[in-house]
Amino acid sequence: MYKYNRYDQQLIDERVAQFRDQTKRYLKGLIPEEEFLDLRLRNGLYIQRHAPMLRVAIPYGMLNSKQLRKLAYISRHYDKAYGHFTTRQNIQFNWPELEKVPDILADLAEVQMHAIQTSGNVIRNTSTDEFAGVAADEIEDSRPWCELIRQWSTFHPEFNWLPRKFKIAVTGAAVDRAAIQIHDIGLRLIRKEDGEVGFEVLAGGGLGRTPIIGSVIKTFLPGKHLLTYLDAMLRIYNRFGRRDNKFKARIKILVRAMTAEKYAEKVEQEWQALKDGPGTLTEAEINRVSACFTHPEYETFSAEKSTTAYSAQSATDARIADDSGFAAWQRRNVKPHKVPGYAIVILSLKPTGVPPGDVTDTQMLQIADLADKYSFGEVRTTHEQNLVLADVKQRDLYALWQEATSGSLATPNAGLLTDMICCPGGDFCSLANAKSIPVAEAIQRRYDSIDTLHDLGEISINISGCMNACGHHHVGNIGILGVDKKGEEWYQISIGGSAANDASLASIIGPSFAREEVPDVIDKIISVYTQHREAGESFLATYRRIGMEAFKTTVYAKSEIL
Amino acid sequence: MTSSDANKSADIKWQLVAADKQPEADSRYLIIPLALWLADKADYENRTDIAVWLDSGEEPEQLAGDLHRLAFVALNFPTFRDGRAYSSASILRQQLGYTGELRAIGDVRRDQLEQMSRCGFDKFCLADGSILALSDVPQFSYHYQSAADNSEPLFRTQQLD
Repeated sequence: MYKYNRYDQQLIDERVAQFRDQTKRYLKGLIPEEEFLDLRLRNGLYIQRHAPMLRVAIPYGMLNSKQLRKLAYISRHYDKAYGHFTTRQNIQFNWPELEKVPDILADLAEVQMHAIQTSGNVIRNTSTDEFAGVAADEIEDSRPWCELIRQWSTFHPEFNWLPRKFKIAVTGAAVDRAAIQIHDIGLRLIRKEDGEVGFEVLAGGGLGRTPIIGSVIKTFLPGKHLLTYLDAMLRIYNRFGRRDNKFKARIKILVRAMTAEKYAEKVEQEWQALKDGPGTLTEAEINRVSACFTHPEYETFSAEKSTTAYSAQSATDARIADDSGFAAWQRRNVKPHKVPGYAIVILSLKPTGVPPGDVTDTQMLQIADLADKYSFGEVRTTHEQNLVLADVKQRDLYALWQEATSGSLATPNAGLLTDMICCPGGDFCSLANAKSIPVAEAIQRRYDSIDTLHDLGEISINISGCMNACGHHHVGNIGILGVDKKGEEWYQISIGGSAANDASLASIIGPSFAREEVPDVIDKIISVYTQHREAGESFLATYRRIGMEAFKTTVYAKSEIL
Repeated sequence: MTSSDANKSADIKWQLVAADKQPEADSRYLIIPLALWLADKADYENRTDIAVWLDSGEEPEQLAGDLHRLAFVALNFPTFRDGRAYSSASILRQQLGYTGELRAIGDVRRDQLEQMSRCGFDKFCLADGSILALSDVPQFSYHYQSAADNSEPLFRTQQLD
């Protein structure tokens, strides 16, 4: 992964000093509250329902074991001994003290981490495919480009006071695991026949109050022009994006209002003056950053074994193969790796009864140990709020599974119904209309049978506690949205969303429900699926084939008196 | 005398004409709104004591042919959260080739001066009344990206390894 040079290090050290000074001046009353709000947001610090919340950047989801141990230390030393992984691959601490935040940032800087631009109306952390560099379906590694974007966007002087927050996602694989179509800017890496690498560029996707799928504004942008083109895209948005209403301030509203064609035209025009200027990437720079993402020293295994399966070679192994718990985990949480003999492992952060994405300090240390032992010391975070060990030898899978099980990190539910995306909701967030964590838990408790979950197959349930859609409810196969009805918490349910290549927005099924009704409603929706599905058909495919009506009828049927 | 005070005394003669106002007859050293300039620029022929200010939503491109006639250009920040003037400044420098003085006026706050300076501002009339020059603004030791202050990105200025 990327390692800081002395310039990178000096910059984050100077940022810590700058923020320490800002905090000091604020506490002395020298910076007014409303101004400090914006200054602290630019460094990831919110004031939440109970306490400040600090969001720490995990650039494009890459962490090493040393960093993870530092996060464990911070959670123990400054917080309540846990952290929360977010849908944008970052981590949040819910209980730090404002006065201590500069110290936390200094600790983070020691392991090349920071909280720069993790909130506020700025360019946020770039997110990407959690399997970048190891996926069997990869076209091009997205991580060097994400790092180039990280550096370009860090303290970008022109775009630090945008109309609204701004999120960029990059994918380099056939399957889009980065949800690029629902980002302000989505970048899809393309390798042309002659070997030239570049991007298909999308703009104006997003969720929130007005969910919109992004539009392609350039079919091929050569890699070296990436940053100057981004400059032009952001400049048009910064100048013409709405600032009168924060709910209409995202780039998606601008692109929709001016049309994608017009926006593309304006960007192109602006770009002409920046193209080939000093911001143009040099081959040396692309090579320097790419060289940080070389492959670890893989052992050579025969290509015949390039499945994910753990191979039974002895009597003990045969017993292992019979272990149904291991088999279930392997089926769901182990993914194909591009190198023979290796596999990608998803550590589920979705055991029943734990808020999705939460990990304790002890678990963080345990994961760091697992990473060192089994995966070259690296860990990745995913937008589904799980963790990934990307380079595990297939022959180590059983041992890893046993150790992960003891740390409650091996729930075999990756991609299944209980692997829900869920925002912190009304328990923590001051924006929320309703709680989301107890809803997730009630559904998990209802679906506690591994066999049932595996039978139902791939299905995503996404839960947001308000219209801001941090839980991505619009793109869940089933979406749950907390709404406020005269001071009470209600839940609106939608079906048919997807954040994958076939991205689609879910449709609302009908009037909303009280919290205690939600698990029953999910049950009814699932029962329609199981009645109608054809062999091997996923929930989403069944919904797309049969449409909303059958679901609606069942969910709102009056219970008959027998 | 601090540099802030020096700036202020040199600056005292300049008078800002509000958006909906007309300057008094025979007044000199005026910073007039863009609309007034566009309407009356013929009247200001051969004057060297005229500057123009733009509000955050106004387009600097409208000054394209006139920049050489102005004593300086000022860009207004109606609130410190309105970031449009950063782009206006960048356009003046990068697209229109403006090399004269570029002032930040309005709700200008100390913690944003570094960003302003990198977008091409070189004089800062702060909300608290102080006036600062480029040399008064603290900078990070390095910057990653190119910007309108003619800076090159880190990967062009340093030997990176």
